[in-house]
Amino acid sequence: MSDPSQFTYTLPNGLTILAEQMDHVRSATMYLLLPAGFTVDPADRLGTASLLCEMLIRGAGSRNSQQLALDLDNLGADRNEAVGPFNIVLSAGTLGRNLPKVLDIYEDIVRRPHLPAEELESCQELMLQDILGLEDSPQEKVILDLKRRYYPAPLNRDKYGTAEGVQAVTPESLTAFYHRQFRPQGAILSVAGNIDWPQLKEQAERLFGDWSGEPVAPATPAAHIPTSGHIAKDTQQTQIALAFPSAAFTDADYYAARGAVGVLSGGMSARLFTEVREKRGLCYTVYATHDTVKDRGTILCYAGTRAEKAQQTLDVTVAELRRLREGITMEEVDRVRAGLKSSLVMQQESTAARASSLASDWYYLKRIRSFDEINTAINTLSPAAILGYLDRFPVHDLTVVTLGPEPLTLP
Amino acid sequence: MPFYTHRLSNGLQIIGETLPTSRSVAVGFFVKTGSRDETAEEAGVSHFLEHMMFKGTPRRTALDVNLDFDRIGANYNAYTSEENTVYYAAVLPEYLPNAVDILADILRPSLRGEDFDTEKQVILEEIKMYEDNPGSTAWDHARRIYFDKHPLGNTILGSMESVAALSRDQMQTYFDRRYAAPNILVAVAGNFQWDELIRLLSAQCDSWPNACTERIRAGETRGVGGIHAIAKDGIAQENILVLCPGPPAESMFRYTAATLAIAVGDDSGSRLYWELVDPGRVESASCGTDTGEGCGLTVTSYTCDPSLAAENLARVQKILEDVQQNGITTQELEQAKNKIASRVVRASERPMGRMRAIAGSWLYLNEYADVDTELARFDAVDAHSIRAYLDRYPINHTTIVGYGPLGQL
Repeated sequence: MSDPSQFTYTLPNGLTILAEQMDHVRSATMYLLLPAGFTVDPADRLGTASLLCEMLIRGAGSRNSQQLALDLDNLGADRNEAVGPFNIVLSAGTLGRNLPKVLDIYEDIVRRPHLPAEELESCQELMLQDILGLEDSPQEKVILDLKRRYYPAPLNRDKYGTAEGVQAVTPESLTAFYHRQFRPQGAILSVAGNIDWPQLKEQAERLFGDWSGEPVAPATPAAHIPTSGHIAKDTQQTQIALAFPSAAFTDADYYAARGAVGVLSGGMSARLFTEVREKRGLCYTVYATHDTVKDRGTILCYAGTRAEKAQQTLDVTVAELRRLREGITMEEVDRVRAGLKSSLVMQQESTAARASSLASDWYYLKRIRSFDEINTAINTLSPAAILGYLDRFPVHDLTVVTLGPEPLTLP
Repeated sequence: MPFYTHRLSNGLQIIGETLPTSRSVAVGFFVKTGSRDETAEEAGVSHFLEHMMFKGTPRRTALDVNLDFDRIGANYNAYTSEENTVYYAAVLPEYLPNAVDILADILRPSLRGEDFDTEKQVILEEIKMYEDNPGSTAWDHARRIYFDKHPLGNTILGSMESVAALSRDQMQTYFDRRYAAPNILVAVAGNFQWDELIRLLSAQCDSWPNACTERIRAGETRGVGGIHAIAKDGIAQENILVLCPGPPAESMFRYTAATLAIAVGDDSGSRLYWELVDPGRVESASCGTDTGEGCGLTVTSYTCDPSLAAENLARVQKILEDVQQNGITTQELEQAKNKIASRVVRASERPMGRMRAIAGSWLYLNEYADVDTELARFDAVDAHSIRAYLDRYPINHTTIVGYGPLGQL
């Protein structure tokens, strides 16, 4: 079921180029994944990947920091630099006609960054302020702490690193990290929008064809037993976050897992929103979401509520999770399918959504899922398929992290 | 792009822009009401009412509303600002009749007492959630102080006390006052048939009442001035907002204001970026304009370690002073315009983006501007218009508000 608007090509050096031509748009978005995520941070310098990400844009090739920003801005490139568990992700959205020039600049950023030693301290200050800012973001803090307790090392790290780790980075250690991790093998360039594939392919070969370097081993997770916990803090609301195992993106049951999450949290008529918020008025925010990290899938849930209602909120939420196995109606599955199908179609209107989706498909599956393939998977969702998935991944071994005035008891 | 307008006999306005290549269609009901239209006793009622609109009608229970939206896979929600309350859905083209049916139905809510009591608890939770988020709380304080007695200073959520004291009947009275047909605009963009849309909307909305209480007019304000530090325990960072006068939504100066804000405080390559973010002096910094009916403002803000707050404030004041005296360079102007052009085009590629844009133009200017017109207006911003803008809305005429650990700035 190959789609004539989608293209893939892997250069002999290992860099993969992905593209989707969207004729109804004027813009184009590019994603570049480089295998330098926070799971490969040196253990004594946690935060290195984020520092590198910040330093990458401070001059590259013939441009200093100011010229680089100016030229990208003048090309209308709305850019973002992010650090995930496995990759540094550089992205830029612009008009399709400007994309080739933007790509030329990104080749410099990837292959010839200046990494100016005199700017490292500024980047460290920036990151220390980010770490401080987490104290004022209880929702983000509780999710990070849940992941820290739930995932095995080093998957349990985050992009912030630690204050000590950030301060321990030196210009030399940063440059060494860059040289070790920035390799064509495993790197992905994906582009979606108003583009010309033959031209793009030719340009990518010209820019990256002579890039070389041996592949680097990804981090391997250690054995681990998750633990629940509580962060005591005098907040107005108690934050509740919980996690339990699910099917990974690569698993045959992935769509069934998405179906289960949809039944719990797919729309405002889904079970968690209906039972926790609509019927009982226990909270403003409650949701479940699916998270894939490497070879494992996880369902994460979150709710925030005043301390006096927190225990009841946890009780009702967990009861809904456990009730899944007692039965799911066709009506519910139809609603989940309608929601998934609508997102699938509407993704076609966003060059950023498509470029990002191409890249993550390739990263996890080493191929691109076509529209028809996903559509078929959505159409074949059924209560039986979701219940079959729940037999393989029953709701137990919940890891719970709370943040607020008082700890809670798992029912 | 084809653009259409229609007005029902009761005064309800309908506008639409069709784009046949879209994969979806977005529809929004824009009610011209918000926190600025509330009395002190009603503080928070606009936003609370927005929640209650999803709680059912004579034809639908609260659960039915959610079920019906989810059955068609709608991407739907609502939001309340100081002066607009908006209910919207994006759907696949074949479901537009369903989406219109649900939205038009919920715009005539039952406001049942039992639902009112339950939902009040949700609103109180939302207020508590904001209290744990110093960034949002800082904005509320800043607007309240800047606007003083001007109604645009009213907070959207209201307070724990005002919401707790609200009755169902007060909400009904507010609804009757503000949700009449002439005060509502329906905007649709994307892949749809105009004639069919008008038929659907006429059938459902023709009977809506046409008597509407007008918004109490309020002119421009330049802010109270001064430096206001609000100390709060348990917060790690200091949030600083520097508020200056800005153009109202109906002013053509808004293109100039948006361009200038990008040059001063966009998250890449701006004055604030180089002065504060690049050297790591703040966690984040930005500049933006917020335009309201009859009055707007420009807000420059940053969040940082409290020990750096005062030093950073001096740097911000120096930037604003310099911009006021000298404007921005030709290079900065071109850079800002290039960024905006790309953003305008990309935002227009989704029906939701166009739906918001055409509604904004129609609500405030009673005009239609297609993407190319918008682009041309930004392109026309030059040193001359920036000078004229700064003379009218000085960016160094500041009211400064701090929220965080510091008791004084």
